Order: sequence, then structure tokens, then C-alpha cells
Amino acid sequence: MAIINTPNGFTLDTSGQRYVVDPITRIEGHMRIETNIDSDNIIRNAVSTGTMWRGLEVILKGRDPRDAWAFVQRICGVCTGTHALTSVRAVEDAVGIDIPENANSIRNIMQLSLQIHDHLVHFYHLHALDWVNPINAMKADPKATSALQQKISPHHPMSSPGYFRDVQTRVRKFLESGQLGPFKNGYWTNPAYKLPPEADLMALTHYLEALDFQKEIMTTRTIFGGKDTHPNWLVGGVPCAINIDGDLAAGAPINMERLNYVQGVVDRTITFIDNVYIPDILAIGSFYKTWLYGGGISGKSVLAYGDIPDKANDYSASNLMMPQGAIINGDLTKVHPIDLRDPEEIQEFAPHSWYKYEDDSKGLHPWDGTTVPNYDLGPNFKGTKTNIINLDENARYSWVKAPRWKGHAMEVGPLARYVVGYVQGHEEWTEQIKFVLKTLDLPVEALFSTLGRTAARAMEAQWAAHKQKYFLEKLIRTIKNGDSSTANMEKVDPKTWPSEIKGVGFSEAPRGALGHWIKIKNTRIDNYQCVVPSTWNASPRDNEGNIGAFEASLMNTKVERPEEPVEILRNIHSFDPCMACSTHVMSEEGEEIVSVKVR
Amino acid sequence: MHETFYEVMRRQGITRRSFLKYCSLAAAALGLGPSFAPTIAHAMETKPRIPVLWLHGLECTCCSESFIRSAHPLAKDVILSMISLDYDDTIMAAAGQQAEAIIEETIEKYDGNFILAVEGNAPLNQDGMSCIIAGKPFVEQLTHVSKHAKAIISWGSCASWGCVQAARPNPTRATPTHMVPGIADKPIIKVPGCPPIAEVMTAVITYILTFEKLPSLDRQGRPKMFYSQRIHDKCYRRPHFDAGQFVEEFDDEGAKKGYCLYKVGCKGPTTYNACSTIRWNGGLSFPIQAGHPCIGCSEDGFWDKGDFYERLTDIHGFGIEANADEIGGTAAKVVAGATAVHAGASVVKRVMQKGDAE
Repeated sequence: MAIINTPNGFTLDTSGQRYVVDPITRIEGHMRIETNIDSDNIIRNAVSTGTMWRGLEVILKGRDPRDAWAFVQRICGVCTGTHALTSVRAVEDAVGIDIPENANSIRNIMQLSLQIHDHLVHFYHLHALDWVNPINAMKADPKATSALQQKISPHHPMSSPGYFRDVQTRVRKFLESGQLGPFKNGYWTNPAYKLPPEADLMALTHYLEALDFQKEIMTTRTIFGGKDTHPNWLVGGVPCAINIDGDLAAGAPINMERLNYVQGVVDRTITFIDNVYIPDILAIGSFYKTWLYGGGISGKSVLAYGDIPDKANDYSASNLMMPQGAIINGDLTKVHPIDLRDPEEIQEFAPHSWYKYEDDSKGLHPWDGTTVPNYDLGPNFKGTKTNIINLDENARYSWVKAPRWKGHAMEVGPLARYVVGYVQGHEEWTEQIKFVLKTLDLPVEALFSTLGRTAARAMEAQWAAHKQKYFLEKLIRTIKNGDSSTANMEKVDPKTWPSEIKGVGFSEAPRGALGHWIKIKNTRIDNYQCVVPSTWNASPRDNEGNIGAFEASLMNTKVERPEEPVEILRNIHSFDPCMACSTHVMSEEGEEIVSVKVR
Repeated sequence: MHETFYEVMRRQGITRRSFLKYCSLAAAALGLGPSFAPTIAHAMETKPRIPVLWLHGLECTCCSESFIRSAHPLAKDVILSMISLDYDDTIMAAAGQQAEAIIEETIEKYDGNFILAVEGNAPLNQDGMSCIIAGKPFVEQLTHVSKHAKAIISWGSCASWGCVQAARPNPTRATPTHMVPGIADKPIIKVPGCPPIAEVMTAVITYILTFEKLPSLDRQGRPKMFYSQRIHDKCYRRPHFDAGQFVEEFDDEGAKKGYCLYKVGCKGPTTYNACSTIRWNGGLSFPIQAGHPCIGCSEDGFWDKGDFYERLTDIHGFGIEANADEIGGTAAKVVAGATAVHAGASVVKRVMQKGDAE
């Protein structure tokens, strides 16, 4: 059985040689990719495996719902805070708590700062080495790099030939020491790298500049949340009280000095994204614009929950500044409304996951979810249980489940959001998309690619940087109008809650649509389920045989040298995988059955 | 070819003057005072970059994310000029077999002379296969590398204590480094926190490189320089605690005035860390300054010591000298209606001090 046609339109052919990449590096967490590559070096079958799980939902059982944000925040330290935000929203939804306007503005600033930081660090420090060759940068003429820099970003001050020469000298000495650190064993002679040396030097320089600057972006969260990574959140609002002009304001969490600090960071962030990140994407993109692999299902099935409520407490699509909706079957004329509470819409399947379901042919809504681990590799894998050579994708092969929206495998993330926004006519985003496509002289179809995914992430970072300013201004305006409240603790005391309640919280994490479903019984957590972005994207096959977004993105990609997985890394990295997120579900001691019926 | 920090820095165009200034700042960051700057300078002039293999088990990557936020030294300078970060799957260019080859190469070339940094921990359930690296259990990679390392740094609360995935009922049997069966008998430095403070992480590295020895550790294996005092002891809100001025509810008048967060659950009195001294993100703030109680994230088993918003009920006395092991075991409990002993006593103390003035 060498050839299989999947219901979602892919032809899988397992006759070519099998190649394994494990670990996939430069991601959060651990994952493995296996591919079959034919004699023309084209990937004809792809297998995506989540190789870790931790079991946070089980750990949450019986805890105080007000504490849940802190636990689930530790699902991921890269998208730090987004799970916490989603969690406090889920509890507030269950209890019926309205938060003050200022809390909404501060939460939005924190969430937007994460989008910016995460996208920037992803591009420069996790993704760039798939496109940028630091060894080749040593051949650059710093004058040519300077000219390139001044051409693509005339307002960026660090652009002199001497500056680039200094960076080149520093990195050259580093490389000549023979201790190559993170650049060791890279694929630097692979013809997949296309940048001329001056562009490589510019991008390498910005790798270092971005590493310096990224730490500043998140300091808004240090002001509002006390530390970063993992700032603090609060059911009912935000913990940082505001005192601008009263007694002891100097020791208050938020005072004039603190607001000024945030203002400075917000402004400098806009400058950096506008002057460095966006021009780099366009410049690097221009050398790779014929490399349009990796689209996968992005032109067919995409999903966005939406986020960034303009006004507090209104989570309806019309109040969300990041759009909401689903596109299916490649019909780009229609955005379907979504409902996270509908048991027929979002369901998780597990026929190819290391979990046991009562009926593998059925999916379960998160409120009805079961999690019974079943580390079973099937009869046809190669190797041993603790030394896997090749997995068998016809059996169970991942710690990730397969979530589906009305039965469809969906892509989530910046590209999915931008596609939904584009189809809906989101004005700011459409303008950005048109600018990028025009600059690169590409048709709109080019969006459905690894390159498009990477560009969408940059556009979103830029949009988010400007929206931070919008919410900071709104925060100051609200305080000016006499409202400095940051928390509504009226209903937060669990003693006042009904004995059985349930809620759902959602957000757009940097990597895509994120939902948390909570059930509370007698003031404690009775059930907690998360369906996270990388679960959607890294999903294994479902009962119908549909492949997920990662696997789809690898299909039909040409690789220069099968033993050097640059192109595989490129496509997978373009999703910014977060495997600690996608694989956290689990049960006790490998045998306890966690089966909680909520409805 | 070995080269020293100083050579590398000089060749990068850093002046002697800037280098010495850096050494002073490093001395200050380590809490050593200006007289140690020449010692640091000397060390950096004469020592090569030490290889570091940074392994990741079950974790959330918050430690790495914290590390790159270090303000002094910058992560860039640590990576380019101080250590040789030869394996770190979060940032390394190589993947798959080319990545794994680096481990064997380092072991061969630097056997007994590299640092093993561990982020996250090893699960022992499911044959260890709930964390798979290159088709095998992470625990195998960890124990193998540990046998050849000079010393081990356990980054963060996962590697130090187990942290969130080891919270009850610890479904994967996530196990901190020092308790992993088969881990080599090497010195282990625990740098707990979820995550640890960035500048604490880089200072621990800088200290080891500079003084060519491991920092002095307390009985629990933490560097004394950063973990010998409770957050409460140096908290800028401590005077409000002593004065009996408390936040009773979030966003109340006390919250706006920066009163003590003890009554809304602050674990500062039982938490050993440098948050109230070094603070976070270049000394900008720390959780209490931003209005949230300390959740005690650097303490062993902090997830299972009671709800975060319940006040501590069993903290001892007024002194700051209490024994870490004793305090570390204190748990938060619900006390209906009653003000806790410590807080109550503080009010008494205030009244006694001020007489009838109030």
C-alpha cells in the first residue's frame, strides 16, 4: 500500500527512502519528523510526532480555579502569559465576572507584547538560520552591507560600514576559534541558502541586534506583571493597582514613572519592528520568493478564534481586533462563524495518538474529553519501545491528539489569522498584505506558503506594536477620566459561587487559536482541558486519514540534500512549533483513567 | 585552540577600559564589591571558553527565555565570548543526527571539562518515553552526558525540584536532576525559580568561569550568594508588614499604596530568592512591586503548599535568620477569619512601639 489519497487532498507515497529528523531543534519542546523522499528528492510522505507530554490538566484537578492561571502558564515559557490570560478568561466566563476597562487595556498590552516578542525571537533566533548563512556572511564587503541596509531601511541608525565590519570581525574571530557554539554542524554548504554575502551579514547583525532588543520588549510585562518570563495575572482583573497622584504613589505598582517607562518601550518597539524586522523580511523574502513550498492546508482550511477585545468583557467577533472565523474546503469567499461551546464543532480525535479512546472513530469536545495514555507503537514500527528507528504512521505515532473543526484538519496561527482577516476585509491587515505582496511582486496565492507564513508573522508583529500604543493611550485616557480601577473582586471569592459552573476562555496565542475549557465543582477545578495551537498544527492523522498542517506543509517540497534537513526545518519552523503546549495532556501514573463527563 | 574572554573581547574591538568596567559591573552583580574586579579581570584574561551542553527535558523553556533577557551580561556576550554553547536544542542551527553528533564530539574532546546545564527534568514513567530525544528516552541522554561533565547546573525549578509537572499527582514521574537514577556523582548547582532571574543565571555562570570554582552552596544545593535570604527580608514593603498595613483585597486602598501583600497570600516570608534585591529584568521590578503576592516559585514543591491566595499561617517570629529547611516546609493553610500569628504579632509590635499615639 504505497499510495494513499487523503480526504483533504494529498497523495501520500511511502515508496521513497525514509529519513528521520529527531530532534527537530530551534522549537519549543521536542518533536520528530519522518519523511519519505523519492528519487527526485521530493517529499512524498510526512509524519509529525510530538515526543513529550507532561500532564498539567490532571494536576489541575481539585485546585483553586483562581490559581489555574499560574499552572497553565507553565505549559509554555515561550508563549508565556497567553495560557494564563486564557485561563483567567475561562474562570471569569464560568463565574460571570466583568473586569474593569483598565484591566482589559493592560491585558491587551501584555498579550500584544507577547505577539511582538515571540514573533521577533522566532524569526531571528529560531527561524533565520534556515535562510541565513553566518559563514557566508564572512565573505561580505561591509560597505555593500551598509549600502543594502541604507537602501532597505534608511531610518535605522546602525548602518555604517564600520558597524558591519565590527560585527563581521567579532563573528569571524568567534568562528575562527573553532568553538562554533550554536552554529556548529549547521548546513552551511547546502545550496538551499540563497542570500548574497552582504545580505547574510546584515541578517546576522540583526540576529545579534534583535537578541539585545528582545529583552526590552517584554519589560512592559515586568511593569504590569512583576517579572518576565511568567508574569503574574489575576482572576477579576490585573494585580497592578494604579496610583498616579495619591499618597505613596511612588511605591504603587503603576504610577507616572511606570507609565512613562512603558511609553518608552512601546515607542522603541514600534521603531525596531518598522526599521529592522519588516525591512529584513522583505529583503530576505526577495531572495527566496521563488521558494513557495510549505503551503500545506493554509489555502484550504484555516481557523481563528479572535482576540484583543477593544472594550472590556465583550468577546463577540465584532469587538475583537484580531478576527474570528473558519475557512474550509479552500472556499476563500466565505468565513464561517465558530462556537467554542458547540459539542459538534471542536473535537479531538486520537486514533493515531498515544491515547486510548472508547471509540477511535469518534471525536470528543473538550468539555467531554478523556485522556488515557496508551504508548503503543503498533506491530510494524522499527526498533524497540525505547529506541525507535522508524515509526509506523498507520498505528499510533504521537503524543499529540488530532483536533478537528467540524471534521476538518485546520491550520492556525498568524497566516491563518491573516487569511481570515483578508477574506473578511480587515482593513489594516489587508493594507499590510497588499504592501508586502506589491513590494515582493507576488500574487496573493503566494501567501499560502512557508514564506507567506513567515511574512504574516512579521506583519502581525508590526500591527501588534502599533496596537500596544492604542491600548496604552486608552489606559491613560481612562485614568484621566477618573477611573483607575484595575480589578473587580466582587465575585472572585469562591464561597459565593454556585456549586457547579463551567466556562470557556479563548485567545490568539502567537502560534494560533487557543482555548481552555473549565468545569468547577464546589469551588474547586473538576475538569480542565486545553486545545492549543500546536495541537492543531502538529496534529497526526485522524480517523478519516486527513493529515494535519505540519505534515501537509512538507508534502511535495523539494529538498537539496535529503540527509541535511534544511527544507524540513524551514517548513516546520514557519509554524513556530510549541510542543510543550501541544502535548501536555495526560493521566496519572500511566494507568489511571481520567474520564470526566462535563455535559 | 583556546582563547580567553579578554582576548575575545579585545579582538571584538572592546577597549581595555570597557573591559575593566565590565569586570567591575560583574563584581557588583555577584555582590562581591569593587575589590574583586581585578580578580575577575585576571581570570577573564587567562581562561578559555568552556563548553556547555544545555539539555532540555520536560519543561516549558521559561529558563531559556529568562536567560536571553539578561541585562548584564547580555546573552549575546555570554554566548559569543564567555562560554561555548555547543548544544542547546532551542537555538542550535543543527538538527537531528548532526545535533546529536555534537554531544559525542564534545564528550570526546572535553571529557570531564564541560558544564552540563539541565533545563526541565526527566520523566521515569512510560519507560521514560514521555520525553523522547532521537528516538530514545531523555533520561538516557541526561545520565550519559552527566558521566562526562565537570559539573551540572540544574536550571530552574523543574531541574532543581520537579516543578509543575511534578506537582501532585506527578503523572509522568518527572524527576529532578539530582534524584534521577544513574545520574553521575558530580557537583550539582541548583538555580531554582520558575524561571530563575536572568541576571542570577548569568552571574552563576560568570562566577564559575571567573573563580574557577563552584559557588558556595547551601544545604539544599543553591548558591548562597542569591538564595540565602527570604524575599520578605529585603522586601521594600516590609515596613508595611511591620506596621500592620496590609492589602486586604486587590485594588483596594492598600494595594494602591503599596502595602504588604501578606494577607492576600504572599509567600515572600518563606521563599528564598533574590527577587527583592536583584529584582527582575535588569532590576526593573519584581512580583510584589507589581502588586501580586509572591507565589514562592523557587521553593521545593511550591505548587503543593496550599492555594496561592491563602495566607501563610505558620511563619516564625520576626527575625530574618530562620533556618531554610524549617521555613521551606511551611505550608499555607486556610484560616477562617483569623489574622495569622505573625501579622497579628506585628500589629501588637506596632502598637507597643507607638504607644497610645494612634
